[in-house]
Amino acid sequence: MINFSPEDISAIWLTLKLASTVTIILLLIGTPIAYWLARTNSKMKGPISAIVALPLVLPPTVIGFYLLIAMGPNGFVGQLTQSLGLGTLPFTFGGLVVASVFYSMPFVVQPIQNAIEGLGDRPLEVAASLGAGRLDQFFTVVLPLAKPGFITATILGFAHTVGEFGVILMIGGNIPGETRVVSVQIYDHVESLAYGQAHTLAGTMVVFSFVVLLCLYWFQSKRGGQWSMK
Amino acid sequence: MKRLVKQFEQQTSHNVIVSYGSSGKLFAQIIHGAPFDLFLSADQELPSKLVALGHADSSQQFTYALGRLVLWSADSNAIDEKASRLKSGDYTHVALANPRFAPYGRAAIETLNALGLVVSSESKLVQGENVAQAYQFIHSGNAEMGFIALAQLYGEGLDRLDKRRQFHGSKWIVPDALYSPIRQDLVVLNRGQAKQIAQQFFDFMRGDVATSIISKSGYSVSTNHD
Repeated sequence: MINFSPEDISAIWLTLKLASTVTIILLLIGTPIAYWLARTNSKMKGPISAIVALPLVLPPTVIGFYLLIAMGPNGFVGQLTQSLGLGTLPFTFGGLVVASVFYSMPFVVQPIQNAIEGLGDRPLEVAASLGAGRLDQFFTVVLPLAKPGFITATILGFAHTVGEFGVILMIGGNIPGETRVVSVQIYDHVESLAYGQAHTLAGTMVVFSFVVLLCLYWFQSKRGGQWSMK
Repeated sequence: MKRLVKQFEQQTSHNVIVSYGSSGKLFAQIIHGAPFDLFLSADQELPSKLVALGHADSSQQFTYALGRLVLWSADSNAIDEKASRLKSGDYTHVALANPRFAPYGRAAIETLNALGLVVSSESKLVQGENVAQAYQFIHSGNAEMGFIALAQLYGEGLDRLDKRRQFHGSKWIVPDALYSPIRQDLVVLNRGQAKQIAQQFFDFMRGDVATSIISKSGYSVSTNHD
């Protein structure tokens, strides 16, 4: 039987809570972005796509460094949150959520965008000619037809947030139960040479990630769905 | 470190390649066969462990510096000579290095305990993975103050108040009595045993020139070399 310490269990719960919160928020705000990117001919499509994809190429240290400054008391995000009476975001669970939403965004937006683009114009034109409004079109045509894309987006968004490390290390402050997620806890174990405890958690994470990805690929081959990063 | 290496290179016309990293990571690399001749740790525990594991010889280990802990703030008015704001608990966040493995983090906790300060909530203590990150937390203003190495302030030229610089902050050098000495040890690794230059560097580090550079960089130097 695997032996987790209470701190490990607290880190696991925190990680699952963070990943769930982030995934729900990303589905809510990522879907309109993906829908717009898939359907628009606007000149802004290029720049917006590039911003969404930035976390794919930037090292977490760069993102974490700028988030720490931007969300700090002298940064523009920090000024905004302070004027709203929310204090500053680093070292809080809310701060991790904001950072992770940005960091995992492409993993949610791109599969949904690809799925909607794959539908073509035809289904929406037919729906429109039958008198369906925009929202109606989305819920009765786009959502059911692009479902594989949404499921892929959910799994990837969740899994990627679980695997997040660098950004959280830089803005989290390693507070138990608040910002000390599993990846940081593993790092602490390794740094303090507690290799046994590190193995337990790290091994669990490898198995978890493998199972998640296995489900994803199994699901994709069954549905004939496809996903590719653009 | 850069100044020491430069001085050594000038004296001997040898070339020294330095690989920087946290002591724990370098330790892990060494026991897995990393090609290093000498190891300068930020603590004493890891070099001793390398000796115990047979990766180095105890006759070639000594304390090259004693780390000094400082409470620092980016705000010039935050810290007075009695560190009253720390003592009154009038802050949202105090930064420190992770006390589980960082020597300066451990010293910070010892200091808080020695002052009889019970931090009211765990979420007030924010931990960086090392003092460099604790410095970043304080420098960016996210933590009002924090415990770092005095050597960091020397390295940044922030040890003196300089009116021309926009930014200098305030500090309180923690009295030695409040924490156990942060001994930083150096050890010649097995790979360096047969190399004359490794031996030369070892001797150089014990010499007056190196000792003077180290003590001018925010460290104390122990008088007895053992």
